[in-house]
Amino acid sequence: MTGIVFDIKRFAIHDGPGIRTSIFLKGCPLSCWWCHNPESQKKGIEHLRFKFKGSLSIGWETTAEELLIEVEKDRPFYEQSNGGITFTGGEPVLQAKFLMETAKLFKQKNFHLCLDTTGYTAPKIFQEVSQYIDLFLFDLKHLDDDYHKKYTGVSNKLILKNLEYLVETKKEVHIRFPLIPNINDQANHLENLAEYLSSLKYINNIFILPYHKIAQGKYEQLNFENKMNGIQEPTKDEVENTKFFFEKSGFNVKIGG
Amino acid sequence: MITKRIENLRHKSINTKPSISGERAELMTLFYQSEEAENLSVPVLRAKAFKYLMENKTIYIGEGELIIGERGPAPQQTPTYPEVCLHTISDLEMIDERPKVRFIVNKEVKKLYTEKLIPFWKGKSNRDKIFAQLPQKWLNSYEAGVFTEFLEQRAPGHTVLGDVIYHQGFKDIRKRINQRLDQLKGSQESDEQAKKDELEAMLISLEAVSIFAQRHLEKLNTILESETDKTRQNELRKMIQVSKNVPENKPKNTWEALQYYWYVHQGVITELNPWDSFNPGRLDQHLFPFYQNDLAEKHQTKDEIIELLQAFWVKFNNHPSPPKMGVTAKESNTFTDFALINLGGLKEDGTDAVNEMSYILLDIIEEMRILQPSSMIQLSKHNPDKFIRRAIDIIKTGFGQPSLFNTDAIIQELVNQGKNTIDARKGGASGCVETGAFGTEAYILTGYFNLAKVLEITLNNGIDPLTNKFIGMNSGTIENITSFEDLMLAYKKQLNHFIDIKIEGNNSIDRVISKELPAPFLSVFIDDCIANAKDYNAGGARYNTSYIQGVGLGSLTDSLSALKQHVFDKKTITLSAFTEVLKQNFKGNELFRQRLLEETPKFGNDDDRVDAIAVQIFELYFNAVDGRPSAKGGTFRINMLPTTSHVYFGSKIGALPDGRKAGKPLSEGISPVQGADRKGPTAVLKSASKIDHFRTGGTLLNQKFTPQILEDETGQEQVKNLVRTYFNLNGHHIQFNVVTAETLRKAKLEPEKYRDLIVRVAGYSDYFIELTEELQDEIIKRTEHQNF
Repeated sequence: MTGIVFDIKRFAIHDGPGIRTSIFLKGCPLSCWWCHNPESQKKGIEHLRFKFKGSLSIGWETTAEELLIEVEKDRPFYEQSNGGITFTGGEPVLQAKFLMETAKLFKQKNFHLCLDTTGYTAPKIFQEVSQYIDLFLFDLKHLDDDYHKKYTGVSNKLILKNLEYLVETKKEVHIRFPLIPNINDQANHLENLAEYLSSLKYINNIFILPYHKIAQGKYEQLNFENKMNGIQEPTKDEVENTKFFFEKSGFNVKIGG
Repeated sequence: MITKRIENLRHKSINTKPSISGERAELMTLFYQSEEAENLSVPVLRAKAFKYLMENKTIYIGEGELIIGERGPAPQQTPTYPEVCLHTISDLEMIDERPKVRFIVNKEVKKLYTEKLIPFWKGKSNRDKIFAQLPQKWLNSYEAGVFTEFLEQRAPGHTVLGDVIYHQGFKDIRKRINQRLDQLKGSQESDEQAKKDELEAMLISLEAVSIFAQRHLEKLNTILESETDKTRQNELRKMIQVSKNVPENKPKNTWEALQYYWYVHQGVITELNPWDSFNPGRLDQHLFPFYQNDLAEKHQTKDEIIELLQAFWVKFNNHPSPPKMGVTAKESNTFTDFALINLGGLKEDGTDAVNEMSYILLDIIEEMRILQPSSMIQLSKHNPDKFIRRAIDIIKTGFGQPSLFNTDAIIQELVNQGKNTIDARKGGASGCVETGAFGTEAYILTGYFNLAKVLEITLNNGIDPLTNKFIGMNSGTIENITSFEDLMLAYKKQLNHFIDIKIEGNNSIDRVISKELPAPFLSVFIDDCIANAKDYNAGGARYNTSYIQGVGLGSLTDSLSALKQHVFDKKTITLSAFTEVLKQNFKGNELFRQRLLEETPKFGNDDDRVDAIAVQIFELYFNAVDGRPSAKGGTFRINMLPTTSHVYFGSKIGALPDGRKAGKPLSEGISPVQGADRKGPTAVLKSASKIDHFRTGGTLLNQKFTPQILEDETGQEQVKNLVRTYFNLNGHHIQFNVVTAETLRKAKLEPEKYRDLIVRVAGYSDYFIELTEELQDEIIKRTEHQNF
C-alpha cells in the first residue's frame, strides 16, 4: 500500500534521542491556531499557491519499502548516536495502516522508532500502532476540553485516554507542551497540567516548545487565515519560569524538542 | 586567563602591519659576494651563508617576552629569500599596494632591490633556474590554469618536527654527525665527497643556530644590566638560564623545551622559506612529561606554564607567510603560514594519547583566539568523548579552530604508503590536511591540479578555450563521443597527459632543488638525513613523498553527472549543442541552466547515481599519480585540498555543464559544489566517505553551521556523533565553519548558493533560506551579537 509523505528530514536532532530521520506524514485532524505546518493539515497531495514561489505540490505518494531505502542511508549515524526514525506530521496516525506497515518493516530492521503524535485517534487504532513504537513524543496542548476544542478544533477526551493507555502499558512517553502565551500558559492551567501528569506516575520528561512566529510568513504566503495575530512569543523569562515550575513538580524538563 | 603581558604581546602581534624587511636578503647577498663564498660545495656554501645570517641578523627581544627569537628584525617584519625567488620592483609595488594580504614595502627596501639585489640575483634565483628549464608544454599548461607550482617561490619543506629535540641537545646531535663522518672515512661508500660535504654543512648549520642562541644570551645580559624592575630582572635571569642550557643540551623543563623548539623553528625558516613554515606537531605529547616534572619538582606552577604557552603562541602569529605573488598568491592567498599544532591521537603503543596538556593547549587555543598557529585535534576511536566535546566547545565560538582529524585514518594512510606502524602513529597532519610521518618524512606539496579544467579541455579535444592553444591530446572530437564511457575514456587520456607533464616538471624542479638548494639545518632534524648523509631536499629522509593536490572534485562530478543525465541517458540535448551552450556561457539559455541546477543528481546528497562518478574520478586521479617515482627517490601520491586555488582555478575555466558560469569558483576540497547539497550534513558525509580516503594523503571537507545549532547540549552532542560517524566511515578530516552574520546576509541575498545552510532557530533547526525574512533578520542580528 502507499501513503502520503510531505517531507523527509535527515539529521533531525530535536525529534527524539540521537541523530534521526524524521518522516512527515501528511494530514492532521487538528487545526491548531499555532500550527507550524499549515500546508500539511489536509490529507492527500495538494497544490498550493505560494505568494512568491508560485504553485507547489505538497506531499507525494510513497511506500514503506521506498521509505526504508531512504532511512537506511543514515544507519551509521543512528548507531553512533542511539538515534533512529521519527514519524511526525501532520498526525501520522491519520494514515494508521500505512504507518503500521512502515513501522512494522522498520522494526524488523531494528530501527529505534519515535512517534510524534497529537494522540487524537480511536483508541483501538492507537493501541495497535503503539506496539511498534519505542518512544512517544506526545503533544499535550490544553487540559480544559472547551479550550482544547476552541484552539485545536477537537476534544481532548480521546487524547487523554490514549495517553493513559500508554502509561498503563508502561510505554516510554515524552510529553511535548507547546507554550502559547494567553492560550495555555496561565498559572492555574500549568498547575492542573502538572498535577494531572504527576497522577499518571510513569511520566518523567516534559519538553516545552515555546511558541514561535516562524510560520507566520507561510500563512501570509498561502493566504491562510492566521488566528495568531497579536499573540507574542513567550519571553525567555517566561519560558525559564515554566521550566522551573515543572521541575519543581518533579519532572525532567527540556526546552525545545 | 590571559595576563596583561600576554595581552600586550598579542595586541602588538595582531596590530602591527606586516612589512618587508631587506635585512636577510642584503646579508645573503653580501655573503654570496664575499671571498668566503668562493670554491665551496653547494651544501657548505648554503650552510656558511646561513651561519653568516645568524651571526649578523638583528636580535630582537621584545618587552615582556618569555620566548625569544624572531625571523625578521621585529615581529611582522618579513624577510625575503632572493636565492629562492627574486622580487622585481613591480612585484614589490604590487605587494605594497594590493588591498588584501598587503605588506608595506618602504623606499629603502625598493632602493636595496634596485641597487644591490636585482643586479646580483637576476637569473640566479631558484625561480629563474626552474622556469629556464621547464618545457613549453609545461608552461602552456601552467598558463592555462591546469596546475600550479608550489616550488617556484618557496622552498620545499612541508614537514613537521618529531621528538628528537626533547631528547637530544645540539651536542648530542653533533656527536651523531661526527660519528657518521668517521664512518665515512675510508669506507668507500658511494658519493663519499657529497656525503662529507652534506655532513659538514649540517655541523656548520648547527653552529649557526648555536651562535644565534648565544647572541640572544648576550642581549639578555645587556637588557638585565639596565633593567630596573625586580620582577622582570628575575624573569630575565630565568631566561638566561634557559638559553644557557638549550639548544646545546637537551631541555630539562617546559620552558627550555619551548625555547629550544623556537630556536630550531627560527633556524628552519631563516635558512630557507619552506612551505608551511615549520611545526612542532604533537605538542601535547612532547610537552606533557616536562609539564608533569615541572609540577612535581615545583619548578614552575601551572599558571606560569600556561603563560609560557601563551607567549609561545604569539610567536607564531608574529610571522606572516612570506610574501607571495602571481599564481602562488592566488592559490594560497593568506597571511597564515600553516603551522598546525596537533593534539590528541594515539601513543606509539596504540593507546589513547590525550593527556592534561591536550586540554591545557585547547584552553590556550580558545583564549588566544589568534590566526596563527593553526590547531587541530586528532581523534581516534580510542580517544574519549570529552576530548572532542571540548574541541566542539571552541569550534562553536566560530573562528574555525580547531579542525578535526581522524587519527585512525591518518595511521592507515601512512601505513598504506609504506611507513611502519610506529612511525605512522607518531605522525599526523600538517599544513591544511596533509598526512605525514613527523620527524621522518619529507612530504612535499608540488602544486594543485585542476580536475575540472581537464574536462573543459576534453570537450574541446585538447584545445584550451582560454588561450586557444592546443595543449592537451587528441582524445576525440565531441561528435565521436557517443556514450558516457567514451567521455570518461577521453577524460582519462587528457588527465594522464597533464599528470605526465606535471610529474615531468616536478622531477625537473626536484633535480634543480636537490642540487642547488639543500637545507642542511632542516636535514639535521629529520631522520634519516644524518644516517644517509643526504639532504632533506635530495631524498635524505626516511620517507619521501611528493603530493599533487586534486581540486574541483565536486564541480567535475556534477558536470559529468549533468552530461550523463541530459546528453547520454535522457538524450534531451546533444553533446555538441551542450558544448555550444557552454561556449556562450549560458547566454540565452537560462532556463536550461536552471534545469541543470535543479534536475541533475548532485554530489553531496548521498545519491549513488552521482557519487559513483566521484568515485570513478577519484580512481582515475589516484591511478594517474599514485606510486610513480620521483626524481629524488620518493613516490608521488595524491591528496584533495584547495587552500584558495579553487577560486583561481575557477577563474581559468569557462562555463561548466553543472550550471556553473564562466570564471566562478570551483568546489573546494571534497566538499560538494556550494549549494548543491540539499539533504543535510549526514548526506554530505555519506557522499564524501564514498571515495577511499585511506589511499590519499589527506582530504578536506568543509561543513557550515550557524552558532545556534551548537548552542545547546543536544546540538553539541549530535555534532560530535556526526563527526564520530564520519570517522567510522573512514573520513580523514572535517572542519566546521560556524557561520557569521556576513555569510547569513549573503545567504539572504543569494539563497540558491546557501541551500545547505542549517540554522538553529528556537528549540529546533531549519534551513536558513526556508525561513521568513523577518526571522532571517532576527537570526542575523543574534549572530552578530555572538560574534561581537
